[in-house]
Amino acid sequence: MLSLARIDAFYGRAHILAGVSLALAKGEVLALLGRNGAGKSTTLKTIIGLVPPASGEILFEGRRIDGLPPNRIAQLGIGWVPEDRRIFTDLTVTENLEVGRQPPREDTPAWTPERLFALFPNLAELRNRSGGRISGGEQQMLTIARTLMGNPKLVLLDEPSEGLAPKVVEQMAETILALKREGLAILLSEQNLHFARLVADRASIIEKGRIRYEGTMDALARDADVQREYLSA
Amino acid sequence: MEAFLANPEQALVQLLTGLAGASSLFLVASGLSIIFGVTRIVNFAHGSFYMLGAFIAYSALEHLPRTPLGFWGGVLAAALAVAAIGLVVELVLLRRIYRAPELFQLLATFGVVLVVQDIALAVWGAEDLLGPRAPGLRGAVTILGQPFPAYDLVLVFIGPAVLGLLMLLFHATRWGVLVRAATQDREMVQALGVNQAWLFTGVFALGSFLAGLGGALQVPREAASLHMDLAIIAEVFVVVVVGGLGSIPGAFLAALLIAVVHAFGIVIFPKITLALIFLVMAVVLVFRPYGLLGRPLAPQRASGDALAARGYGKSDYPGLGLAVIAALALLAFAGGDYALTVLTEILILALFAASLHFMMGPGGMASFGHAAYFGLGAYGAALLVKYWAAPMALGLLAAPLAAGFMGVVFGWFCVRLSGVYLAMLTLAFAQIVWSIAFQWVEVTGGDNGVLGVWPSEWAHAKEAYYLLALALCGASILLLRRMIFAPFGFALRAGRDSPLRAEATGIDLALVQRVAFSIAAAFAGLAGGLFAYATGSVFPTYISISRSVDALLMVLLGGVETLTGPVIGAALFVGLQEQLARATELWRLLLGLIIILLVLAFPQGIAGAAQRLVARRA
Ligand SMILES: Nc1ncnc2c1ncn2[C@@H]1O[C@H](COP(=O)(O)OP(=O)(O)OP(=O)(O)O)[C@@H](O)[C@H]1O
Ligand SMILES: [Mg+2]
Repeated sequence: MLSLARIDAFYGRAHILAGVSLALAKGEVLALLGRNGAGKSTTLKTIIGLVPPASGEILFEGRRIDGLPPNRIAQLGIGWVPEDRRIFTDLTVTENLEVGRQPPREDTPAWTPERLFALFPNLAELRNRSGGRISGGEQQMLTIARTLMGNPKLVLLDEPSEGLAPKVVEQMAETILALKREGLAILLSEQNLHFARLVADRASIIEKGRIRYEGTMDALARDADVQREYLSA
Repeated sequence: MEAFLANPEQALVQLLTGLAGASSLFLVASGLSIIFGVTRIVNFAHGSFYMLGAFIAYSALEHLPRTPLGFWGGVLAAALAVAAIGLVVELVLLRRIYRAPELFQLLATFGVVLVVQDIALAVWGAEDLLGPRAPGLRGAVTILGQPFPAYDLVLVFIGPAVLGLLMLLFHATRWGVLVRAATQDREMVQALGVNQAWLFTGVFALGSFLAGLGGALQVPREAASLHMDLAIIAEVFVVVVVGGLGSIPGAFLAALLIAVVHAFGIVIFPKITLALIFLVMAVVLVFRPYGLLGRPLAPQRASGDALAARGYGKSDYPGLGLAVIAALALLAFAGGDYALTVLTEILILALFAASLHFMMGPGGMASFGHAAYFGLGAYGAALLVKYWAAPMALGLLAAPLAAGFMGVVFGWFCVRLSGVYLAMLTLAFAQIVWSIAFQWVEVTGGDNGVLGVWPSEWAHAKEAYYLLALALCGASILLLRRMIFAPFGFALRAGRDSPLRAEATGIDLALVQRVAFSIAAAFAGLAGGLFAYATGSVFPTYISISRSVDALLMVLLGGVETLTGPVIGAALFVGLQEQLARATELWRLLLGLIIILLVLAFPQGIAGAAQRLVARRA
């Protein structure tokens, strides 16, 4: 469904991604693991079009999407959930969802605020609260819900477990699994191996902008050497 | 005044007059605020759209039947026509420069101001045009025994009605919700699948519509004239700054406050109404730096851009500077009188531009009102001559001192703010100075200015004065350069690039910036003093918005990255203006178009572009 081939990306002159390749099938959850500053967020921003790649290709459902503006890419069915949430704090919860709304698609679940409130019960009570006046965990739920309003086929989730209380992290894992059951493909950027294990099928490890490891989540979980080399802080 | 207070009925009528005036002001200000919120462009041309609204309405009403339907239809049609003009400006110009630095965007919109001025002059002529009064509302109604124009009473209600409609638009429609979201984080909105371009165009058209409507509604009240554009833009900046940038209810409150102060000011302190308005603003800003209902604005994010700190080119060698000065000195014996006059002006303006560059480039503080200090220097010198027949040396000493002193005072307010807020506040202070020069006729001569400011005997000859200007301006510019590369300059740049880190290393940033502000003001004052003696006279126009923008133009034409920029910019600017003014009546139009094209072609300034070209070759 999604494939990146030899992607290079820059911020100004800084070379951030060097020949990154990834592939993701329909309904699959792929964890992109790596330490601070490894290039995980940049990879996701490259896919959604906020940081256009300098070279390489990105294919989504068989068509080139690199070079398209972010709004076109989003309209094709890719949803991006930023790591810093970027909630519209002046807008109410319902209005935040409205910003994300896109017309329904034939082959994907059509999300409505009501269905999302069922998935995120905490948000239901906060409908008319402004986005700046809800807790961090609630904001994390809202940013995912907002992206789902675009009825994406593929969701790019950037460190959704970061900074959340253990109970909320568990809830987050449940949510991701629920989305997977709906048939969504998910590319999850994570530092936390334990969280990734709860939800991902396969893992790729990125370091200094290069992919260093690819394998199933189970294989990675057993490979202490790789973990030591690329992950543990 | 006592008679006035003893008569509450009259006070009420005065209040209503104020509220009527507030309506147009609110319409224009809310338009500016909406456009700024989403595009982050301070649209200088907003005043021009207001003016166009008035002119177009005037013409439309000439041809339409004198019925209420004809009148209101004409007003609405004029506003829609202005919206269409705004649409074209957005599609043709602004769309290409959303990623350019803030000040280049400003410059481009000022190019539009110039173009519109000449077009309006060509189409409607230089005469003021008073439109017909609104049919059915020609008379007066009686309120508490006092007559009050019926049309004004309608205006009193139009302001709140438009406020209500705007609130409805922004809260009850999807488009409005998207606009509010984009005001906060337009990149996120785009990543959620919304076409930004379409949103921007719509917002710009709406803002222009409001400006045009504001202008059209004024037609029965005051004559449409070619001065409306810059006059309203200064007032609108005040309203937007007082209300809080991006807040529509804030703009409404501020428009009420300003209009009421204005209405009462005219009765109680007719001499200083303008100054009074700006004083109100200063008071509000002391207590609420971001306006009544405003907040500090987070910059719009752009993920693709590098976070790299800006450098400061040191490629201009002081040795080269000295060589250029020596070569220029030789010109004194080669050039004719006219050439020397022009060269003297270039030198003075180069210093003026360099002083602005000093606070803008290394200091990161853009001023829309740098002419204030130029004018303070000029008036400082001229008034000494007028009242004490002071010699030139004293005048040239007083000029930087007077301007520097006011720089200390105004700088204290301005440095507390940053970005566009700071820039708008500097403009407002410049308008205070301008209004004092303009209104305090007894002392300053008002519009007639101060005449007879001639240099001392020994500097009378054109060559001598040219050499004097060269010596003073050259030395000042070299001194500014030294300061930029001295520890003080490093502290200043550190503060510009990352304020928090600078403060952590023990730099008293506010102090450094205040000092830089005052230094910039003092050197602008010296330039003003030199200019006064060069032309023999001083007028309020020295402090006008156009002159402030001239300085910005010079700096930006040359590029903010090096100190050579403003010098090249000044030469280019004066040369361009001289040539254009000689070649054609429509020099403003041409200058405006050239500015626009330059911004489109070199979004980093000419010196910046040249530097990059050299760097690429090397
Ligand atoms: N706008 C920018 N300009 C310059 N460099 C940047 C910018 N954004 C990120 N970087 C750099 O790019 C590199 C990769 O950053 P990225 O955000 O992709 O890492 P990450 O793997 O998501 O890290 P984290 O786990 O901290 O979120 C880092 O070295 C970072 O400092
Ligand atoms: Mg990251």
